[in-house]
Amino acid sequence: MVTLLVGALWTSASREVAAGDVARMPSPHAGFPAPDFALEDLSGETVSLADYRGQVVIVNLWASWCGPCRAEMPALQSVYESLSAEGLVVLAVNSTAQDTEEAARAFVTEHALTFPVLLDREDSVSQAYRLRSLPSTFIVDRQGVIDSVLIGGPLAEAVLRSKVADLLAEAP
Amino acid sequence: MFPTLQLGPLALPTGPFTLLLGVWLGLWLAEREADRLELNRDHVSALAMTGLLAGLVGARLGYALAHLDAYLVDPLGLISNNLATFSLPAGLLIGVGAAWLYGRRQRLPLRVTLDALAPALGALSGALALSQLASGDGFGAPARLPWSLYLWDEWRHPTQVYALLAALLVFGAWWRWGQSAFAGFGFLLVVAGTAAATVFIEAYRGDSALLAGGWRTAQVLGLLVLGASLILIKRWHDAQPPTDGPRVDR
Repeated sequence: MVTLLVGALWTSASREVAAGDVARMPSPHAGFPAPDFALEDLSGETVSLADYRGQVVIVNLWASWCGPCRAEMPALQSVYESLSAEGLVVLAVNSTAQDTEEAARAFVTEHALTFPVLLDREDSVSQAYRLRSLPSTFIVDRQGVIDSVLIGGPLAEAVLRSKVADLLAEAP
Repeated sequence: MFPTLQLGPLALPTGPFTLLLGVWLGLWLAEREADRLELNRDHVSALAMTGLLAGLVGARLGYALAHLDAYLVDPLGLISNNLATFSLPAGLLIGVGAAWLYGRRQRLPLRVTLDALAPALGALSGALALSQLASGDGFGAPARLPWSLYLWDEWRHPTQVYALLAALLVFGAWWRWGQSAFAGFGFLLVVAGTAAATVFIEAYRGDSALLAGGWRTAQVLGLLVLGASLILIKRWHDAQPPTDGPRVDR
């Protein structure tokens, strides 16, 4: 009885701490604001993550030589085609520091990818997102907060759809 | 933190890998304990494996049912290798249910069988803490302490380390007292100890799921489990013969 009473008091006291939770620093983990970035796309136009605040964004880090990255691109394209009208954006960040622009371009043409493909020439996004293995996928909600981190691949289309469905249902 | 271990072309997720090691250690401990309690070790091992496999399948099916539209478009996603598409409640429900059915079918005595599984539960609890330490999940609230951990761009309570120490403490308590009392006590001791540790440590977590009013879900669940365990300890203790008779399992 005493144990339970102490536990209940402790639970109640820590509830107050939760209510006063402080704002988080951007970090590549679920529940944290997504680190912002600005990169050139294949046409030379600068695109930043912040441009898409209010939309659900799939940030996919990939390289053309990476088998699982190549295998999951059709799923990304399919999800983008069917859900972009609902507010879904796919930003495919090519890890250009460990790839080549030519190979990235050839891959995009070969697979007829229509979402923005960005070139991470300085490795800045890989570092900000602490890239450890390719592909890595971060799903960012309409408030700019990371909802899911999916390391490795290839990701099935069902996985991507299930992860963005609830986020897309939220009001912009 | 090392969320993945790169072995050539293979990216090994360290969190799930650590959990797998915990399962292996847990099965080994359960078999040892089954021998000590004079249970059929093969049956206890099969019961644990049945629960684990049914739990995995149930967790994936539960997740797919909750996201039916997505899986109707791509049914092969059911066999995806992605570890982020499991439903914990569905997995627990189906895993425990399957293990219970197997135990009944093999006529395994409930309380003694639970006692055999107690050290496995302790090992899994420790492995979970280690896996969260590796992946950076289950992180603590920001705090500047001599023992703080720098994680996700802040100095934080090392809640994963607290959880690991608590798991070792609970395992030690089971080792010292859990094997000598009445049938079912060892299991309840591990469950109650783990629940009490959750109630205490959750207060230092930085990623708690909250209920209305700011109550931390894990603490509320921990209190309920702790209360139920303490009630069962009292009841099962009172059901014992008054003298130093044999352990009963009703």
